[in-house]
Amino acid sequence: MIQKSKTIQSPGGNAIPPRAAFAPASHDAAEARLLRRAERADLGDIARKVFASERLSTDDGLRLYAADLHAVGALANHVRERLHGDATYFNVNQHINYTNLCNRLCKFCAFQRLPGQDGAYLMTPEDAAEKIREQLGEPVTEVHVVGGVWPKLDFDYYLNLLRAIKDARPEIHIKGFTMVELDEICKQAGLPLADTLAALKEAGLDSCPGGGAEVFDEEVRQATYPKKMPGTRWLEVAAAVHEAGLFSNCTMLHGHVDEPKHRVDHLDKLRKLQDRSLEKGRAAEAAGSKHGSLQAYIPLSFHPDNSELAHLEAPTALDELRELAVARLMLDNVPHIKAYWILMDIPTAQTALAYGANDVDGTVVEEKIYHEAGATTPQRVLRDQLVRWIEDAGRVPVERSTTYQAIGDAKGRF
Amino acid sequence: MSAPRAESRETPFKIPPETDDEPRSEVAPVGRFPTDTWRPTSATAARLGAHADDIERVADKVRDGVRIDAEEALLLHERADVGLIGELADLVRRRLNPADVVTYVVDRNINPYNACITDCGFCAFYAKPKSEGTWALEREEIMDKVAETASLGGRQVLMQGGHHPTIKSDWWCDLIEAIGSAFPQINCHALSAPELDHFERIERRPVREIIRDLKASGWGSLPGGGAEMLVERVRKIIAPKKTSTDRWLDVHRQVHEEGLRSSATMMYGNVETAAERIEHFQRLRDLQDETGGFTAFACWNTQPEGTPMAADLPQKTTPALYLRTQGVARIFLDNVQHMQTSYVTQGIKMAQISLRYGCDDFGGTMLEENVVSAAGCFNLAPIDELERIIRRAGFTPVQRNSWYGVADPRYDFTHGEGEPHPGWPTSREEAAHHKAAPDRPPHLGVVPAASRQGDGAPLSIPIQPKEQAS
Repeated sequence: MIQKSKTIQSPGGNAIPPRAAFAPASHDAAEARLLRRAERADLGDIARKVFASERLSTDDGLRLYAADLHAVGALANHVRERLHGDATYFNVNQHINYTNLCNRLCKFCAFQRLPGQDGAYLMTPEDAAEKIREQLGEPVTEVHVVGGVWPKLDFDYYLNLLRAIKDARPEIHIKGFTMVELDEICKQAGLPLADTLAALKEAGLDSCPGGGAEVFDEEVRQATYPKKMPGTRWLEVAAAVHEAGLFSNCTMLHGHVDEPKHRVDHLDKLRKLQDRSLEKGRAAEAAGSKHGSLQAYIPLSFHPDNSELAHLEAPTALDELRELAVARLMLDNVPHIKAYWILMDIPTAQTALAYGANDVDGTVVEEKIYHEAGATTPQRVLRDQLVRWIEDAGRVPVERSTTYQAIGDAKGRF
Repeated sequence: MSAPRAESRETPFKIPPETDDEPRSEVAPVGRFPTDTWRPTSATAARLGAHADDIERVADKVRDGVRIDAEEALLLHERADVGLIGELADLVRRRLNPADVVTYVVDRNINPYNACITDCGFCAFYAKPKSEGTWALEREEIMDKVAETASLGGRQVLMQGGHHPTIKSDWWCDLIEAIGSAFPQINCHALSAPELDHFERIERRPVREIIRDLKASGWGSLPGGGAEMLVERVRKIIAPKKTSTDRWLDVHRQVHEEGLRSSATMMYGNVETAAERIEHFQRLRDLQDETGGFTAFACWNTQPEGTPMAADLPQKTTPALYLRTQGVARIFLDNVQHMQTSYVTQGIKMAQISLRYGCDDFGGTMLEENVVSAAGCFNLAPIDELERIIRRAGFTPVQRNSWYGVADPRYDFTHGEGEPHPGWPTSREEAAHHKAAPDRPPHLGVVPAASRQGDGAPLSIPIQPKEQAS
């Protein structure tokens, strides 16, 4: 019997059945059924580890990349439902890509420009504030701020950008700057990472997105983005971000020259980073201070169109489902797995909700980077459409804040 | 609390009892017609809820190769987690089509005229006769289109028109004969059961005579169009003037009896209930048990945009329902060998996913498509992209003819001493000879049991690349 009093109301009016809604025996029976399915795909041992919440090895990860997708998906779905039930998160957000000027020249990128190139642009902080003001009538809770890496922008530019956004909409959550940008900003500031982050935080930075991680493996980096900072530095900056008390996300750009072993290694490095951040977080909590950690992992599929790697094949829908499922199983300490619908398209993102994903990103106003590379999703999907397709997947849509607090009530806010 | 079920009509089978993991939200009726076209159940409840054991029992039946009944299909369709539907559909697909092959046909849709007296509310293609929007192609234009198709290696033209007040079957016989003599490699996969029924009425002679005349002119196969939903309650709402369910099935039966093959379709996502979708499958499966004449099944959701009933129809269904519907179709229609994905309506990404949800055919490459495109639905993709998507799903793309036999210049499909494999007919006559049912037990399909390995693992039919000319 679903107890109404114990349920969370979602914006769509659906109730999230609490775990207690199902008898403990039904959980055991479900595991027994799933074990049989996993055994048919030779994944019985992995299933047992999953049931015991035991960490999967990197070898297990490689097997998940090779095993039958149905079995891998079912295991990932089990973990997803154990953590989140039917809850599927989304937010109402807008994107600001403040510049496409970039000197990193990553071969997979169709967004970057050099000065004088067609379409090159740089927003002033005031331009960015104007974009924020344009959306004041909408219930936007988050702005996602990322751009190219352009060394001619000084530290003040970034601080002013944050301040201008906060001036325009003080309550908005700024999720800004990937680890790659932070590395550059730190150089401009001429300060240690911790001090740079403290200043950015002071100016309005609330959390950091997960982009720019690409694939950590050094050989892969040399082949596709040699001018970008190495994976070790990404992990270092992310650790500093958490140290500064900020949450961040993490990503992997898959499907170019990377192989399963590189991807497993990448996931392993992320969960080790998270182990340390969570441990420090516990210590910080005991000491009464704040420490951040990874909130969500977002696999990003490589879109070859218009980039220097246009000769490579893009990952397909089935590849995307597998990436999400493997990540859900390997990243046992990262709470959320996001199916970024604007990149995957609605059919794949909706299907992904049964393959380990429990978040779909947001309504996304103004998304530039992937559209340059040929993503064809509409720039803006109304919130009620997101709610509808999440519900059609048998899930409960929950509008969230950037830090995964449920917001909005049964009636919705618009 | 769960809402009471909106089922208002008797269904031929029992609806599972209500429980707390009933569908939790009613799809709000957008238009005039009450509908519960898709009311999702909790995905978590699929594994943990009151029906979990029943779902597993049905799943085991499917795994054991036992036919499931309508009630069991409804349970899967409404309540199983979508991943399980995929796993079971994949299993049935590999049982019926053990070759790791996904076929498609190089073809073009040609619609010779759009005048139609039937006024279906979900159609954005037709125009009332004598109204401004009517048009008809000249014979020359049609022949040019066929010639272009032939020059691109095409093997089929799918030709359908409206229900024209004056064009009769002799017009079609002439056209089919002309195409057949100019382009013998191209099959006319033409007309539809409602069009044949329409000829019977305007020509005042039995449809069987019309079928025989068309066959004599070289007509090779009948597409499954016009089935919409083979449930009278639904047809009366969305297509009241169209051929009835019984009549649609009867026309296909007669076509099969005359030694021709046809395909079957379903258009869901308008005013039908989930149970009515299963009823549609049941009607098809029953006829297939009788005649064995269906080559394939395909389904797609109603595309309401731009149609006369757009304001009354519910919103377009989302992709989740496509997988549930197509997957359960694969499981339930155990006597129809092929499942065709609908990439034009679902998009190429969903089409690829459907290859792991029971589909083994990509349909036509459609150099031209007019009907769903009129409703703003246009997802055509170039052949090399289709092939890439198929390969990345783990299958070999192979071009086929209208009868699902191999017609691919890259491969020889032989079985033993240069004999064509019985499962891969090369002509209308061969297709008629190799009945899928009732000569064979439904689960063996057209693949002889002997071609399976002892451990039950499917054996791929070897595809032999043609030897390079030296």
